[in-house]
Amino acid sequence: MAEVTYLEALRQGLREEMRRDERVFILGEDVGRYGGAFKVTEGFLDEFGERRVIDTPIAEAAIVGAAAGAAHLGLRPVAEMQFIDFISCAYDMLTNYVATARYRAGLPTPIVVRGPCGGYVRGGPFHSQNPEAAFLHTPGLKIVAPATARDAKGLIRAAIRDDDPVLYFEHKFLYRRIKEDLPEDEEIVTPIGKARTAREGRDLTIITYSAMVWKALEAAEQLAREDGLEVEVLDLRTLAPLDDAAIMASVQRTNRVLIAHEDTRTGGVAGEITARINEQAFAWLDAPVLRVTAADVPLPYAPTLEDYVLPQTADIVKVARRLAGY
Amino acid sequence: VTASTAAAVPDAASPIPAGLSRAQLVELYYWLRLTRTFEERLTNLYRQGKVIGGLFRSLGQEADSVGSAYALAPEDFLSPLIRNLGSMLVKGARPVDVVRQYMAKAQSPTRGRELNIHFGDLEKGYIGQISHLGDMVPVMAGVALSFKMRGEARVGLVYVGDGATSTGAFHEGINFAAVQRLPLVCVMENNGYAYSTPFHKQTAVRQLSEKAQGYGVPGVVADGNDVLAVYEVTKAAVEHARLGGGVTLIELQTYRRKGHAEHDSHTYVTREELAHWEARDPIDRYVRRLDETGWVRADERAAVDARIAAELDAAVATAEAELFPEPTDALTDVYAEPPVIPPLWYKEPVHG
Repeated sequence: MAEVTYLEALRQGLREEMRRDERVFILGEDVGRYGGAFKVTEGFLDEFGERRVIDTPIAEAAIVGAAAGAAHLGLRPVAEMQFIDFISCAYDMLTNYVATARYRAGLPTPIVVRGPCGGYVRGGPFHSQNPEAAFLHTPGLKIVAPATARDAKGLIRAAIRDDDPVLYFEHKFLYRRIKEDLPEDEEIVTPIGKARTAREGRDLTIITYSAMVWKALEAAEQLAREDGLEVEVLDLRTLAPLDDAAIMASVQRTNRVLIAHEDTRTGGVAGEITARINEQAFAWLDAPVLRVTAADVPLPYAPTLEDYVLPQTADIVKVARRLAGY
Repeated sequence: VTASTAAAVPDAASPIPAGLSRAQLVELYYWLRLTRTFEERLTNLYRQGKVIGGLFRSLGQEADSVGSAYALAPEDFLSPLIRNLGSMLVKGARPVDVVRQYMAKAQSPTRGRELNIHFGDLEKGYIGQISHLGDMVPVMAGVALSFKMRGEARVGLVYVGDGATSTGAFHEGINFAAVQRLPLVCVMENNGYAYSTPFHKQTAVRQLSEKAQGYGVPGVVADGNDVLAVYEVTKAAVEHARLGGGVTLIELQTYRRKGHAEHDSHTYVTREELAHWEARDPIDRYVRRLDETGWVRADERAAVDARIAAELDAAVATAEAELFPEPTDALTDVYAEPPVIPPLWYKEPVHG
């Protein structure tokens, strides 16, 4: 067993896939000699060479478009967005070209677009975003968002092996804060489309993903201690396709649901999950589905502002208590 | 140059340029005439209401498409735009599939999902376009990147119009390909208009080839209405790319003699302008040259025309007899996995 960070787990997954499969290559800004802005690909240039670790111009549309073209011809590109905020520069390429390629033209497009998302790091409006909802709305894309080191590794491997385009949103707050023992001899592959029960409970469910999983677990601990509530935490891991079966099973167990995400509220993932629960498990609900999200504002820089806008553990505790009281 | 057709001079007296053979000149005539005649057929079908969506013509630009695609080897790839039916035919697209596309038939290459000539074939070496102009440039840069990574002596060719050269995707894709020295040729068809927008409102450069300087790659210009000139300039760029020389931008100067699509009233051009370019029709010019040189006789061309008519008759008859796709096929192949999206519970499929 070796204790590895979320970032190191991601790096291991990438490296192992590149060793396993000659078709896998990396392209992005500063990914080569520099090793990436967060050093995810540190050492890759030396091991795999310039042919498979490609430093690109600042051109997200070209990065994603070129990845798609290479994928059509049988390669397995992993494109890095230096910050996931910049994926919007490739929005057209992803939604119009990549997402439709199989459907409209039978073109295989097995690409991974990955990058650091999320706040709590004083990054301001353009280095803190959570863009999943913009892509959840686009048929043809898969979206994963690991919360643990094990899934950081397991999901990058699954994403690279997947025959569909996968957006991999890694949370920069977790990069070096989360550590886990991962057996070196175990081939960790996390199946795409499968949620994970991060904590079992019977009184209410918190459905969440990415860094918010850890706040939900903190809240669950506090609620157990102070209120005697047994809170279930469901870590979605994959946002597209959503694991409806796991969501509904948890609703049937606890009959009360809180959905927590770091992204802004309106049009967020929580709205979609709420609608699905409404359609598929309404009879099992003892209370309305409640949401804990960021406020509907661009993410501000000052600590006082950012902390106020982003969901905190105390927010989850407060809303969970309201939910339990119905 | 004498205008005699009856007393055609033998080959030796008038050498064929660009290393082409007489048989290849016949082929070029075939592709040019097929493109023209096919689009005329499609126009008739459109007027009969048999084309489901819009219809796009390349009248006056056939030499661009045919001459450039003809310069590629079978293992090379291209990505066409909406006025490159000719390129696709040269690359192996079958007329019956084009008719099926326009008629939205189940057996069309995209199974009724996409329109007109928005389709591709990875076996034959062409990748279907999307409507967003410029986007195919980065994609074809990626195709060329795969050739380079695998050490294959193959080339990618991407078409853009004067309008597409204004897009960010064009810039990003060409710049990336130039930096990576990818085997990519970009054919910029300057046909004077992007929908109704004239060239001088599209760009401040005098000619599109000047843009090459900004990327540190060669930019060349050719008469787009001279199929042999188009072939020659493209062939040189393709072989340059194949030998590791990197990107070339080729500007082909031509003119779009129809509106953007058949519904377009085309009132923004003058009769004089149209007449000027009608007099420079690429097929008429080629035929005159064949007559003047005696390279391909009129009776040989008539035989080609007859063959084309028969091929198109068969293609239209086949496609017309086919059905629309089954409605529920709409739910398949969004993803490799799962292969089918669950139907919405309230939907009853209506069969065609």
